[in-house]
Amino acid sequence: MSTNTLTRSEVGGKSGDKIFSGATLAAGCLILAVLFGVAAFLVIQALPIFSADPTDITGGEGFGSYIFPIVIGTIIAASIALLIATPLGIGVALFISHYAPRRLAQGFGYLVDLLAAIPSVVYGAWGYAVLAPQLAVGYGWLAENLGWLPIFEGPASQTGRTILTAGIVLAVMVLPIITSLSREIFLQTPTLHEEAALAMGATRLEMIRMAVLPFARAGIVSAAMLGLGRALGETMAVALVLSGGALTASLIQSGNQTIAAEIALNFPEAFGLRLSELIAAGLVLFVITLAVNIIARWIISRHKEFSGAN
Amino acid sequence: MSSSTLEKRRSQLTKGRMPGYVVWVVLAAAVVLGAAVSALIGFNIIVWAILTAVFFVAGATMITAAFGGTRKASDSLMTYLVYGCFIIALLPLLSVIWTVLERGLPGLSYDFFFTSMNGVTGATDNASAENGSPVLGGAYHAIVGTLQITLWATLISVPIGLMAAVYLVEYGTGGRLDRAITFFVDVMTGIPSIVAGLFAAALFGLLFGPGTRTGFVAAVALSVLMIPVVVRSTEEMLKIVPNELREAAYALGVRKWRTIVKVVVPTAISGIASGVTLAIARVIGETAPILVTAGFVSSINTNVFSGWMSTLPTFIYYQILTPTSPTNIDASTQRAWAAALTLIVMVMLLNLAARLIARAFAPKTSR
Repeated sequence: MSTNTLTRSEVGGKSGDKIFSGATLAAGCLILAVLFGVAAFLVIQALPIFSADPTDITGGEGFGSYIFPIVIGTIIAASIALLIATPLGIGVALFISHYAPRRLAQGFGYLVDLLAAIPSVVYGAWGYAVLAPQLAVGYGWLAENLGWLPIFEGPASQTGRTILTAGIVLAVMVLPIITSLSREIFLQTPTLHEEAALAMGATRLEMIRMAVLPFARAGIVSAAMLGLGRALGETMAVALVLSGGALTASLIQSGNQTIAAEIALNFPEAFGLRLSELIAAGLVLFVITLAVNIIARWIISRHKEFSGAN
Repeated sequence: MSSSTLEKRRSQLTKGRMPGYVVWVVLAAAVVLGAAVSALIGFNIIVWAILTAVFFVAGATMITAAFGGTRKASDSLMTYLVYGCFIIALLPLLSVIWTVLERGLPGLSYDFFFTSMNGVTGATDNASAENGSPVLGGAYHAIVGTLQITLWATLISVPIGLMAAVYLVEYGTGGRLDRAITFFVDVMTGIPSIVAGLFAAALFGLLFGPGTRTGFVAAVALSVLMIPVVVRSTEEMLKIVPNELREAAYALGVRKWRTIVKVVVPTAISGIASGVTLAIARVIGETAPILVTAGFVSSINTNVFSGWMSTLPTFIYYQILTPTSPTNIDASTQRAWAAALTLIVMVMLLNLAARLIARAFAPKTSR
């Protein structure tokens, strides 16, 4: 009986080994193929745009002047998100890793992670229905009192559906990413460094400034970069919240548009050249986020031995 | 006599520490002052809260400075700011959950779950608004679409992701190919979801003619997003399988592939399953890729290989952006929030399931 099973496994084994390792290798290569496929198919479908007559392109002045405003809009929205979410995320991460009562810290961590579990379309709906009307009041005040700044130039949007609102919603969405990555790194600070700082009479703030932050600097930068990648590519929040339009410097008027929202709003009805145009816009977005992500990953891998963040 | 020296010593040690009640006094004063100032400029609970916070932080910091100097003061300022960050971060979470519950609960009904939007037009909504009758139409077609598309995405990405992770952990030698795969899996987690949708649309557009939109195209788009998550979590889980288990299997003469299938993967299955569940939770709420790959319909379509499909996220999106009846948008809004509540409950259940799976199937041999 036992001889039977031994020989059976011997017979099926040799080729099984080869087939199995081949299959796993194929799966690994497939992933690479998919990523290059994404780039390749987008390029193929976007090609007509580069040979097309500039007057046929939306805006009538060629692809460059079509894509430029929405690239800038994307960068504005993502920068607002990052400006809000990075300090906030570091604060929340510090709270969970160093300030909160030990027993509750993990529960608080789950709570912040819940933010990441809410689907983006729900954030969009929330920004559209709840946040924008609330902020519209504040925008009116900003336009009245700080209207001399170009970014707060009036008249403020009555609905509150502006690029600033979109940026704030994006900030809420990237906050859990920045928080969870920074938290991981803060928790890995060598306890001996922290205790040494405290033993020399440092306050908690001084301990954090001297032991935790220098150790975590690279990790924080890469966490912010990954958050930036997410904010650049986020679609639904912007598509629902922002009442888009031409590029404007004012953050509290309707106007501006991001690449992702432009695609989502127009793709369902697009055909022919317009389709290639949107796919080319997607390609631009892909290249930008790819660059941001590669830089972030590169920073992480360069500092891996110090921070252990991965 | 001795008690007075003790007193003195204790005051030496606790010099510069302010009594615990001072903070509460400052807080109470800040609340009152905040109310007073906000009453002057037009009372608003948000303005009140902001002013109270500002007054409290400033007041408490100054008093700490008076008691114990600038080092103590900056330390306590940082403490207040960090606590403040956490409270600010919780506000949107509470607001979103409250909004979805408040606006979504009235819309949940038998009809919502088991009828589609087929035949529901603006006239239907107008009539129900005029007569005050219940809102007709539901999200059955979208729920079916969500489940179908997510199921297919899982069927595509789990084998690929699992095998790739097995390759990286069990067969990888740390060569150039392995590092490239690891690196690009990391990069892939950052692909914008809409780009994944465009990829699937472009791929199927080339193969089957432009404008090909079916549930399966959407499933392919979702698997582009799902594969890296599956690979990462599976990789982590396979890495923590103790090497002794593999060596014991080899010592018994078991082939490598049978070791992996019968020993390594079963040991790690709890972590893998919970990772897959989290990956499903991540893609089930994706909207943008569905929008560009599966189109949008109001009737039930159970065939992923032909015809357009709706999912809950696209249902929410279109109900808000293009209400069924432009004059009575309340019906559409109600349906949208009910769908949002359904979607959030699904995602939360998946997250919960992931934790339960991880606990239930945790290897008992590791101790």
